[in-house]
Amino acid sequence: MNRNSAPARTEDPIIICRDVQKWFGKYHALKGISMEVMPQEVIVIFGPSGSGKSTFIRTINRLEAHQSGQIIVDGIELTHDVRNIERVRMETGMVFQQFNLFPHLTVMQNITYAPMYNRKWHRSKAEKVAMELLERVGIPEQAEKYPAQLSGGQQQRVAIARALAMQPKMMLFDEPTSALDPEMIKEVLDVMIELAQSGMTMIVITHEMGFARAVADRLFFFDEGLVVESGTPDELFNFPKEERSKQFLAQILSH
Amino acid sequence: MRLLRPNLTLRRRMALPVAPVTDPQTNVLPPAREGNTALRWIKENLFSSLFDSVLTIISLLFLFFALRLALDWVFNLAQWDVITENINILMKGAYPSDQVWRIWLGLYLLGAIVGINLRAWNRELNRTTIAIAAIPLILALLPFASENARINLIIIQVTSAAAYLLTSILGDKRRRQLAAVMSILYIPVFILLLEGFTDEDGIMPLVKSDLWGGLLLSVLLATVGIIFSLPLGIVLALGRRSRQPAISALCITYIEVVRGVPLISILFMGNIMLQLFMPQSLPPIDRVVRVMMAITLFTAAYMAEIVRGGLQAIPKGQYDAAYALGFSGLKSMRVIILPQALRIVIPVIVSQFIGLLLDTTLVALVGLFDLLGIGQAILSNPNWLGRSQEVYVFIGLIYWILATSMAFASQRLEKNLGVGRNYDESQ
Repeated sequence: MNRNSAPARTEDPIIICRDVQKWFGKYHALKGISMEVMPQEVIVIFGPSGSGKSTFIRTINRLEAHQSGQIIVDGIELTHDVRNIERVRMETGMVFQQFNLFPHLTVMQNITYAPMYNRKWHRSKAEKVAMELLERVGIPEQAEKYPAQLSGGQQQRVAIARALAMQPKMMLFDEPTSALDPEMIKEVLDVMIELAQSGMTMIVITHEMGFARAVADRLFFFDEGLVVESGTPDELFNFPKEERSKQFLAQILSH
Repeated sequence: MRLLRPNLTLRRRMALPVAPVTDPQTNVLPPAREGNTALRWIKENLFSSLFDSVLTIISLLFLFFALRLALDWVFNLAQWDVITENINILMKGAYPSDQVWRIWLGLYLLGAIVGINLRAWNRELNRTTIAIAAIPLILALLPFASENARINLIIIQVTSAAAYLLTSILGDKRRRQLAAVMSILYIPVFILLLEGFTDEDGIMPLVKSDLWGGLLLSVLLATVGIIFSLPLGIVLALGRRSRQPAISALCITYIEVVRGVPLISILFMGNIMLQLFMPQSLPPIDRVVRVMMAITLFTAAYMAEIVRGGLQAIPKGQYDAAYALGFSGLKSMRVIILPQALRIVIPVIVSQFIGLLLDTTLVALVGLFDLLGIGQAILSNPNWLGRSQEVYVFIGLIYWILATSMAFASQRLEKNLGVGRNYDESQ
């Protein structure tokens, strides 16, 4: 919403990944991923489990360290420098499959603690912003409850509000609807669609192809640690080039 | 029907026998009425079968005879003069009688601090608050309290109530700040008060800690151990998990060495060996302080493992979420991870504290006269020959009261913090 006044797309990518590689012991999880994301772009990543999509998205805010290649986020290159990592994390919101809300804190505290501790906001400002965000995700009445008292869909919406409270420049979603019951998926997707339309830069791992069709600018299909194919939703859904992407899309679109 | 229903519920509430009325809409009989609850409970739990009934009767007979023996001993056979005559020395050891006002002064302060803390951390006056607040009054009503002790206990009660009321003037935040600062300052102030600092003629002449003893010493040792071992344990637990090999090796070595050695040997080490290794130029460390250090260092190793257990119970997703929001390693530990980890292990921490309290009795072996040590000293006096039952029962009762109140406090804390309930019932 506050993005309406944001400048039109500039030519500088906000995320640059060049030949990113990652091993877990001997297992080669990422075999050289390259991707450039423009401001306000919405990227959807999909692929079979174990394809490295989750590992990749976690290297962007360095929850996983990459071992070779280059990742530059918002003009800051991710290295072992702790201060750079924290600067990147402040600009990068993340939403997890398992929500990962803090169970010992109320919804309000879940949202306000990060800006209060890390952006040094005063409590009153943090609470005002948190209330606005809770209204934006449609659950202002839950502010004083604990996460365990909310449904899965509500928890995930709180998690989105929590990430947005840091006023990040981009958002990463790691399978945000995979742990939800079917009737709750829509309420979370609606929030994400609204966010995408407001101009947020987003990288989303999901198999919700309706969402991809509605708001994605580009799709990336991952398999075995590589980008097999990428393109606009139209290109991938209607004219997939690679055999592997055809098969996978046939499987997830068949029902 | 609408007329009949309220009438029915009314009769049900009054527990009058009502003939079962079939619901005309569904043709279903209401559930069978349940009888008098107390009688039902007895029947269901004590006499539900022949075997149960036999067991119940045997247990009741056993309880009756045991209780009769115990009460007979307490009221007819035991000679409690050994306690009433020695109550002062049991409470404070050899602390000089003309300086006892310093202990009382310290206890007035304690009363005030308890009052402030009760006002600061509790929203309203509930039963527990009142029970804690009224401890001095309860003690004053005990039969063996002396006239002097009664007056002082009542002064403590008044100070406590006054502090509670005076703190009400302050705002919520100020109150908590005051309570925290006062509590932190209290232990050093109290020790200074006991120790004194002027020479013989001054108002607070030095009382060497060798003279401290009895319940005073036991509680002091346990309190200091409790207050310092938890933070030290947390530091050790975090150190053990550190990615720096040197730090984690150091912490692991410390924890495993200390856990591999009995407390009594650490007490001997602290008491005898430490002086041999200390440079001559430094003044010798006070004996009580050495014992306090030994107890703290010993308990910290166990505390570290308890805290580590709590840390391991926190899922990795919590770290991910904290880091992704820009929390640094230290901040995420302090704000997100540790509060959750410590909540989980409150029961274990408190049981460790209870163990520490009971372990303080070992200091008698290195020449300090704690409550148990004083008891033994009294029994070695020929005047009190053969009174060991009375003395040990009394001492055991005091330890039992202290340990049980800690266990009770822990249950309250767990309930308030919602441990083990997935937090959904808290607040």
